[in-house]
Amino acid sequence: MPPRVGTYGLLAEFDTPSDLVRAAQQARKDGWRRMDCYTPYPVEEAAEAIGFHRNKVPLLTLIGALMGLAAMFGMETWVSVLAYPLNIAGRPTYSWPAFLIPAYEWTILFAGLSAAFGMLALNGLPALYHPLFNAPNFRDGASSDKFFLCLEALDPKFHLTDTAQYLETLGPVSVVEVEY
Amino acid sequence: MATSDLKPKDPNYERRIDPATGEYRVIAPGQTFKSVTDKISRIVLTANTPLGWFALFAVGGAVATLLLVAVTWLFLKGVGIWAITQPVAWGFAIINFVWWIGIGHAGTLISAILLLFKQGWRNSINRFAEAMTIFAVVCAGMFPLIHIGRPWLGYWLLPYPNTMNVWPQFRSPLLWDVFAVSTYATISVVFWYIGMVPDFGTMRDRAKSRLAQYFYGMISLGWRGSVRHWMRYETASLLLAGLATPLVLSVHTVISFDFAVAVLPGWHTTIFPPYFVAGAIYSGFAMVLTLAIPLRKFYHLEGLVTERHIDNMGKVMLATGFIVAYGYGMEVFMAWYSASHWEFFMMWNRIFGPMGWSYWVLITCNLAIPLTTLWSRKLRTNIAFMFFISLVVNTGMWFERFVIVVTSLYRDFLPSSWGTYRATKWDYMTYVGTLGLFTALFMLFVRFLPMIPMSEIRMMLPGAKITPKKAAEVGD
Repeated sequence: MPPRVGTYGLLAEFDTPSDLVRAAQQARKDGWRRMDCYTPYPVEEAAEAIGFHRNKVPLLTLIGALMGLAAMFGMETWVSVLAYPLNIAGRPTYSWPAFLIPAYEWTILFAGLSAAFGMLALNGLPALYHPLFNAPNFRDGASSDKFFLCLEALDPKFHLTDTAQYLETLGPVSVVEVEY
Repeated sequence: MATSDLKPKDPNYERRIDPATGEYRVIAPGQTFKSVTDKISRIVLTANTPLGWFALFAVGGAVATLLLVAVTWLFLKGVGIWAITQPVAWGFAIINFVWWIGIGHAGTLISAILLLFKQGWRNSINRFAEAMTIFAVVCAGMFPLIHIGRPWLGYWLLPYPNTMNVWPQFRSPLLWDVFAVSTYATISVVFWYIGMVPDFGTMRDRAKSRLAQYFYGMISLGWRGSVRHWMRYETASLLLAGLATPLVLSVHTVISFDFAVAVLPGWHTTIFPPYFVAGAIYSGFAMVLTLAIPLRKFYHLEGLVTERHIDNMGKVMLATGFIVAYGYGMEVFMAWYSASHWEFFMMWNRIFGPMGWSYWVLITCNLAIPLTTLWSRKLRTNIAFMFFISLVVNTGMWFERFVIVVTSLYRDFLPSSWGTYRATKWDYMTYVGTLGLFTALFMLFVRFLPMIPMSEIRMMLPGAKITPKKAAEVGD
């Protein structure tokens, strides 16, 4: 991928989550799609405002859970019935009730790992670089007490000066340009 | 008034009570996003490590050295240096294993089960409770490994294709343990780490030194707080909590199977799984208190870990303590009701035999002292008393495992094979050494990682409330 140059987007800073949510709702209503909010803690209303309602983490977790269950139960059955059958006090080699316990543990193991790493993968993390960190006020507040709305340059409506003026109408503390 | 013990310079009772609920405030009033972030991140990012930290870390490290010595000697000589022999073939190693794992369970309970129940007060204590879980599992996991005699062959426990063409025996509870404990350790670490990623982002942005910026930058994985990320993150946290909940219940259940599956009076009982799990939570909450009370004092976190937390933990201990009491009662009842001579003798011997003192220590520490006093809110909010109770319960729960392991074994079916159990100095060194290891690891945690989840605390502040002016204008 060639290195990107130019403007990543315009970043508006807000003092309270309510201001951010209102601004995001307005921008969404005005037809903006390539945008994102940045908050120091999860703000569900902001996600709703930019039209992000569902995610795929539960599906990945379910797939992981089924894989874990199948892998362990299959391995136990194969080991105990075919590969290395042992007579343990006359119990059947296919002792499925006993096999359920490790299978249950691996269901949880695979599901948990899928949830965690699936979430990171869907988020595109780990990412060692992101243009937003170039914004002078972003690192100061986005992870502690400020709320940001970013309209991205990839949106067809984006125009450096017009969009900056538009953002000013949403009542931010400041609007800055973010470069790649 | 008990509340004034907490903050003598601020005896204003109303400030401690939330008028909306009449309960103790979860977080002291007047906290903002900024003050919370400052307070928690400063503990880690300060260049001046408190002298007390060095002192405690040194003590922990010195005691952990005992473990190093004991384990080295063990590897050279074998498990014969411990007191285990016939008829008591399971000794301190198993007692300590069960005790440590049990302590870990409260961390998972706080981080997972209370999250599912939307208990907001858990947010202040869940991070270090989870850390406690992980360090407790580290200590616990060591015991079975060093107990197997040839620890360098520990990997034989795992199913893997090998030139010997042998495979593990999946019908044994001891193998279930391998999967239960390894899954528990893995999921706990993942849950803990994922929970810290946004806070690492905060640390990265606030760190002044280059080294800290690199360090927290790497481990924050580039977290930037996008709400899309947050929503996936919240889903993943909720799912991990939903997965950790059945996991934590299953882990101590599987451990209780180690005993319950054996055909031995005192072990072969169906009450074990629930009674083990309740006991685990009981001792775990005691350990959380043991850690939280000095920590909040030392780092002045009384505004974030309030009396409400201490009070609630006392209530959980009261409830689980009664489940444990029911377990003890049922054991005695079943010994009589089963009409089994061996069961009856085992119970008589457990209570009145030569090692009966251990049973009475257990009853005193787990039932007599805590279950009579924890009813009182005045005592539950008395910080010094709760610290005392937490130590008492930790002792009692250790003795519970001692009683289960030793008093069931030392006088078995044949009087000619009766014996006794007297732990050697190596047993004690190993046990005390793990306490040191735990302390040292915990001190490293409070120094280098944010011990209270900043992002979760921010959610509970009044400033986090969304006020939809727009909706009001519409006049809905």
